[in-house]
Amino acid sequence: MDFFTFVQLGDASVRMAIPLLLACLAGLFSERAGIFDIGLEGKMLAAAFLAAAVSFTTGSVWVGLLAGIAISVTLSLIHGIASITFRGNQLISGVAINFFAAGLTVVIAQGWFAQGGRTPSLPRDARFGSVDFPGALTRVRDKMQASPGMQFYSEFISGHSILVYLGLLTVPLSWWILYRTRFGLRLRAVGEAPEAVDTAGISVVRLRFSAVIIAGILCGIAGAYLSTAVQAGFTKDMTANRGFIALAALIFAKWRPWYALGACLLFGLFFAIDNRFQNIQLQVIWIMVLLIGVSVLMTSWAARKEKIDLWVLGGLSAVLTLVALLAWRGAVTDEIGAMAALFETVKVPSQLIQSLPYLFVVIVLAGFVGKAIPPRAGGQPYVKER
Amino acid sequence: MDGMPKWADVVLVPVISLLLAAIISVIVFMAIGQNPWEAIKLMAYGAVGTSDFLGYTLFYATNFIFTGLCVAVAFHASLFNIGGEGQVLLGGLGAAIVCIFIPWPHWTLALVAGSAAAALFGALWVVIPAYLQARRGSHIVITTIMFNFMASGLLIFMLAGPLKPAGTMQVATGIFPEATHLPSLHDLAGVFGLDLFGRSPVNISIFLALAACVGVWALIWHTRLGFEIRALGRSESAAKYAGISAVNITMIALLISGGLAGMMAVNNTMGINSPQLVDNAAGGAGFIGIAVALMGRNHPVGIVIAALLFGALYQGGAELSAATSVQVQIVVVIQALVIMFTGALDEMVRSPIRKIFLRMDRSSAAGE
Amino acid sequence: MNDIAPAIELKGISKAFGPVQANKDISIRVMPGTIHGIIGENGAGKSTLMSILYGFYKADAGEVFISGVKTEIPDSQAAISAGIGMVFQHFKLVKNFSVLENVVLGAEDGALLKPSLRKARKQLTALSEEYELNVDPDAVIEDIGVGMQQRVEILKALYRQADILILDEPTGVLTPAEADQLFRILGRLKEEGKTIILITHKLREIMDITDTVSVMRRGEMTSTVKTSETNPADLAERMVGRKVLLRVDKVPAQPKDVVLDVRNLNVTDDKGVHRVKDVSFNIRAGEILGIAGVSGNGQSELLEVLGGYEKATGEIYLNGDQLDLTGDKSDGQSRRARGIAHVPEDRQQEGLIMDFAAWENTAFGYHHDPRYQRNRFIMDNAAILKDTQEKMDRFDVRPPNPMLAAKNFSGGNQQKIVVAREIERNPDVLLVGQPTRGVDIGAIEFIHQQIVALRDAGKAILLVSVELEEIMGLSDRIAVMFDGQIMGERMPDETDEKELGLLMAGMTNGEAA
Repeated sequence: MDFFTFVQLGDASVRMAIPLLLACLAGLFSERAGIFDIGLEGKMLAAAFLAAAVSFTTGSVWVGLLAGIAISVTLSLIHGIASITFRGNQLISGVAINFFAAGLTVVIAQGWFAQGGRTPSLPRDARFGSVDFPGALTRVRDKMQASPGMQFYSEFISGHSILVYLGLLTVPLSWWILYRTRFGLRLRAVGEAPEAVDTAGISVVRLRFSAVIIAGILCGIAGAYLSTAVQAGFTKDMTANRGFIALAALIFAKWRPWYALGACLLFGLFFAIDNRFQNIQLQVIWIMVLLIGVSVLMTSWAARKEKIDLWVLGGLSAVLTLVALLAWRGAVTDEIGAMAALFETVKVPSQLIQSLPYLFVVIVLAGFVGKAIPPRAGGQPYVKER
Repeated sequence: MDGMPKWADVVLVPVISLLLAAIISVIVFMAIGQNPWEAIKLMAYGAVGTSDFLGYTLFYATNFIFTGLCVAVAFHASLFNIGGEGQVLLGGLGAAIVCIFIPWPHWTLALVAGSAAAALFGALWVVIPAYLQARRGSHIVITTIMFNFMASGLLIFMLAGPLKPAGTMQVATGIFPEATHLPSLHDLAGVFGLDLFGRSPVNISIFLALAACVGVWALIWHTRLGFEIRALGRSESAAKYAGISAVNITMIALLISGGLAGMMAVNNTMGINSPQLVDNAAGGAGFIGIAVALMGRNHPVGIVIAALLFGALYQGGAELSAATSVQVQIVVVIQALVIMFTGALDEMVRSPIRKIFLRMDRSSAAGE
Repeated sequence: MNDIAPAIELKGISKAFGPVQANKDISIRVMPGTIHGIIGENGAGKSTLMSILYGFYKADAGEVFISGVKTEIPDSQAAISAGIGMVFQHFKLVKNFSVLENVVLGAEDGALLKPSLRKARKQLTALSEEYELNVDPDAVIEDIGVGMQQRVEILKALYRQADILILDEPTGVLTPAEADQLFRILGRLKEEGKTIILITHKLREIMDITDTVSVMRRGEMTSTVKTSETNPADLAERMVGRKVLLRVDKVPAQPKDVVLDVRNLNVTDDKGVHRVKDVSFNIRAGEILGIAGVSGNGQSELLEVLGGYEKATGEIYLNGDQLDLTGDKSDGQSRRARGIAHVPEDRQQEGLIMDFAAWENTAFGYHHDPRYQRNRFIMDNAAILKDTQEKMDRFDVRPPNPMLAAKNFSGGNQQKIVVAREIERNPDVLLVGQPTRGVDIGAIEFIHQQIVALRDAGKAILLVSVELEEIMGLSDRIAVMFDGQIMGERMPDETDEKELGLLMAGMTNGEAA
């Protein structure tokens, strides 16, 4: 892998990370205020659709962005009414919002554009173009021949959509709001101990609504970015579960803005690898070492814990070992024999590669990469005590 | 706290929630330029207009009973199993493997073995999320969503590889052997000389679904395990005091839940007209189960009613989208509205009703 | 006297929660620079009244005058600007914030934090010195003790320039020594001209510190008197509305063989804190061992280990057989099977499932009992229902409706359901935690009688309570816990509250002298 490939991978990671980051920060504001938001996905999707539709209709991508933010904030308010005003179950409300957006975007898109539930392709001026920094090269051929420093400047630093730079700026901004302002202090307090906020004479309801509105704005930008900057238009389910991955990144980031940036870049890298290397080939021996190694580690860890751990992780290990053996068995042919088959290269199923980000989410959530303590009042509606 | 009669809680509240969902759906129809009255007529005809359509409605309802029970059992333990979709796919894999690789002499045996395999595979697919929830406190909602994606990846891998018959292009298994085909209700009605349900795939799995309802009812309200599941769901600290193992009960409740979702695959693979496993075998039924369970108040009787309703909606929606330009996703919108109103906005519907009953109580007390 | 306006005057305050009338036509005058006590049983409406004054609830009727001026208090903000500060029974602090951040929260000077924090730090130091509060502004709440947390609450009120300070049951979580310190601080505040309202159910505190006292009963204010003109027995009678036995009637214990023998018990919790340190004791058949101590000194963990749901090291013998403390047999089910019944400290969180009906709660924990099964799989709900009905009748649970959810019973009746369930099992050992917390006096007497009756039937009873009176009245032997250790054992008739109080604060007699 040459340096330029490396830079390109980094560039793609950033591009993939931005919607995750915006959604993750949206979740951060919401959850820091004590409101779980599993509806990030739906809000992004609705925003992606409306941003594209309005950009196409008006020809102005900025109007589109505003429309995207508006619909996302509207859904946020619905979530707020359900979970703050009526103290409903926040998970159920979020799930409902996800389905609502998934269904309605397609139905409305069909009613509006009659193109099978998508928007027409956006012309160039109805999209966010790339911002080229002074002196940066724009043509791939030029970049490939430039010096590493120039490659880094032109590909990695320059040439992103304005929303990418905006998205990156939200990180220090969120940090500053959270830790340096009165609003931030109150926000953090209401997610930890709403009763303390209430008795201090501050409205819990208003604070929590502010938080979900901020979440709505950020999801709106994230959605608009997907349909007007990354792609040229809306397609069905185009958010592709980024909302859920953002939630996992949020847990990984322990609800902190700078950590969120790191976590989202890591997930962005996963997607970039996934996009770039559809076809990964490995020698059978490595597959076996990897799978059996993981099995041995898991089982020996579980053996020191309780019975249930041994049952579950031991069982999983058995399955992984079986897969490793099947991979070996599959490579064996009459000509080469069993030993030589170990050194055959086989293609890793593309479905597995595509599942890697999801698998990583599960591993993150399993807490084997550090224990995370969520905001204490998270997920619980605030009821004044009698 | 209660202040309202039981019938209001069981009937009035869900009916009003449903009405609210219907009103918003009407607005959606109007927004996309569809005459709502025409749309509703089309959907109603598509759902129950002919014997054939009715059969499809019942076929889908069978699916939704299983997934509704799946969500409900987990809800009783205060767990939100949103992974029904993936568990159905795995159940399908289990049923397909049993049907394809074992030569069954008769469909009755195939039904027993297929159900068991489907339930087992569905349950196995929830083992890791359940374990992570029980032992590591990992959020079951997010892990099961992730497992849904991995399930469809695994299914496509299996259907494009090991389970694909040589020489076909379709991403699906071959047609299962004749002896595993479940009799359809049309055939069954034929025995009594009736011509019902046309070419619809509704089959004897509907009785399996009803049996599952009875089983869940007995489990939840009449067994020690059900008692412990409900106790854990209502108060984890009290369950701990009583010596109920949160880890074990969480695992068991989710395994039962996953098993029920898996069993849906019997209907959807062995029961259809040309029995096979295809790549989108779940078709969103896992998610509709959430709406069904919420609307049915997690009670088997309510779930059957809600499943029939959603079966009609699903089938009616399909006919509507065939006849007009309305996309079939309209069903997802209505499903979302039902989840919203019966699940998250429950209190919005409930509190005015409660107030009305309180006022009636007071005025009647004053009148005496 | 007439020319000074009262600091607070309430006129005709009423408040109902659904069908429950929490406050009925309450009027009260509190003069500035005094300490005014409000005493009453649990559920008498004291906390509701103060919550109305603090803008937490809106009164259905009535008026509030602050320093003679009619004041509307729609929310806490209004109460704060009217100069009212409140220290709740359960502290309203953000646990992972520093003292400084907690004090500033809601009283910031501008949109940016830094200037507010700087200003607050200066004032905090001054206030802390003035009233000898000794609070470190940078300490994080979860790292400091309850006494200190309470002082942070007082600081919060003072920082907001409160002239009127309301304290709701402030000594429940304090050792007698800490309570004395609190009262010294309150004395200082009074000298500075602050008005203090002290809500409590402890007669001693009223007698020790207040100038005037109001008594509440069933939502009504029954009387207001000068403290110097009354006495505890009189107050108790006004509280309950009839003469009360301040002592439990019982014959001397006849202890027999050792039933429960605890040796070198150690408990470390999830966070690695050593909760119970090398505790050893035994209980004989036919005696009540009382464990006194301020809450949070290891008593809860001790009960949890004996009840089977906390792991421990050490040895416990029941009738000579060792109990499993870590393995498969260390759970509530196994303990019950061995004849250890447990009335837990917190009936709402542990003893009952509030959404379950009374009959389900009666089976709760004993749902494996063969008498409750129809066959191997199916439970006999009818049998449970019948059993519940009988228990409800015997324990006079009102209303005697087994189908009613636990949350719809009053505190006393809820506790009766739990006690009935545990005592009627005829256990060898009964563990009882805070048997009368949040229970009205009538039910207290009944529950005490039941416990004594079980003792007289030759059972071993371990009683944990933070109420010294209850410990003194019921126990045949008293052990005092402090910081996870047993500081010493005393016989009730050879000791007094003062000595026990010192032990509860971790001091033995020698040190105190």
